[in-house]
Amino acid sequence: MTRRFLLINTLAFCGGFSIMSLELLGGRILAPWFGSSIYVWGSIITVFMLSLSVGYFIGGRLSLRAPSLAKFGCLFLIAAVILVPIVYLAEPVMVWVFERVEDPRYGSLAASLALFVAPTVVLGTISPYSVRLLVRHKEESGKVAGTLYFVSTLGSALGTLATSFYFVLWFEMDTIVAVLAGTLLVLGAVGVGCRGLDQHA
Amino acid sequence: MRDLSTLALIALLVGFLASGPVAADREVLHREQSLYHTIMVVAEPGRLCLQFSVRNGSRNQSCVDPRRPQRMVFSYTRMMMAALLLVPEPRTVLVAGLGGGTLPTALAELLPNVRIDVVEIDPRVVDAARKYFDFQETERIRVHIRDARVFVKRALQQERQYDLVILDAYSGDYIPEHLMTAEFLDETRRLLSPSGAVAANTFATSRLYDYESETYRLVFGDFFNLRVSTSNNRVILATNAPLPDKATLRANSRAWRAALGPYDVPITSYPRRMSTKVDWDTSKRPLTDQYSPANLLRGAR
Repeated sequence: MTRRFLLINTLAFCGGFSIMSLELLGGRILAPWFGSSIYVWGSIITVFMLSLSVGYFIGGRLSLRAPSLAKFGCLFLIAAVILVPIVYLAEPVMVWVFERVEDPRYGSLAASLALFVAPTVVLGTISPYSVRLLVRHKEESGKVAGTLYFVSTLGSALGTLATSFYFVLWFEMDTIVAVLAGTLLVLGAVGVGCRGLDQHA
Repeated sequence: MRDLSTLALIALLVGFLASGPVAADREVLHREQSLYHTIMVVAEPGRLCLQFSVRNGSRNQSCVDPRRPQRMVFSYTRMMMAALLLVPEPRTVLVAGLGGGTLPTALAELLPNVRIDVVEIDPRVVDAARKYFDFQETERIRVHIRDARVFVKRALQQERQYDLVILDAYSGDYIPEHLMTAEFLDETRRLLSPSGAVAANTFATSRLYDYESETYRLVFGDFFNLRVSTSNNRVILATNAPLPDKATLRANSRAWRAALGPYDVPITSYPRRMSTKVDWDTSKRPLTDQYSPANLLRGAR
């Protein structure tokens, strides 16, 4: 268990945590405009799954070109920056969609696409990229991937629980999104700051 | 000691047996799983009830007495009619939450010129109301299958106005949290005509009381709380304009007394039970779209 292994797993855990925390907040963000019916959740889950699939694909491609902790950290920095507009743009985006789309099913789908695709795609790149950083021999690739799935999905589970049970009871939604962005920013900076660990890998 | 526990066991058994026949008199006429609830229509001695099942048994949403279909069986339904003390002759009414359709049906009977929009999220509830509770859509009562928040936003966009808005969507086990925020209440307030009023059937118990009261105060300022000792519900009555004084309420209640007789609504007793007293903890934060954990607040005590 090297420091590099721990660092990458911690980052993957927080990536998983952020994805599901954001997904749950998504339902809350859309409810005032499109209701909280099952189709609103259908829109959100569709958009998150779609974005994650694209993110996984892109993350795999990115990992082919001189993978490094520094670039891995940059993925977190980008995710953090892309999360911030949700706080400021959610309202005008939903107003715009509401005025143009009568049916709340397609309205919620359009708003989800506009608000959540960009950050979720970037967060989706984390998993395949972290596999690449930790795999040294092809024999251990399955084990490394398994461990990372375990860690990041555990993060997702805890992100879901913490957000729905406690965060919404303690904080305003914008605060939660801001804290998620802040956490990703710090983690990204730590990743970039620890890029020296790559040399011993 | 042993004698005592034997006695307790016998008492328990007797109690159990005695309660048996009551349960046997309950007949489930209809049961279905909709997207939102398990909907049941249950015939009990002397009444027919619409129930949504919840974790701990079922909760009656709406009941009628088949021998006297106009009689309002629940005190909170009767209390909602206090809205007529604030707006005696509404011409346009919006009802959020249909249930068995008791309120819109009564209002249409009482007010010959009224136009009523009902917004109900669950089409199966509308079907059950039609089939078992004699609820009829007419030219004057129109039902919209939609989330109330979306309906209100759309109505604002179309610059529609209502003399009376009835919020009756909270009576289930799950509270639609986006229908309890200051933003939603403000949208509802903006939908009211200048002399319009809102009547909301909500909770008198639970920790949510403080938060909800603060939310209404933020949006409407002073409002009336109508409570009766026989109900765990309270009815909030609020207006766009300043609240009417007690003399006006009493005069309106006398005007409505005869017409409301068949519905069993003790309208003349309401003015003295309507209070603007701040009887909640004002340090609690109002519920907003940013902060609305209504179900968590209701559970955690």
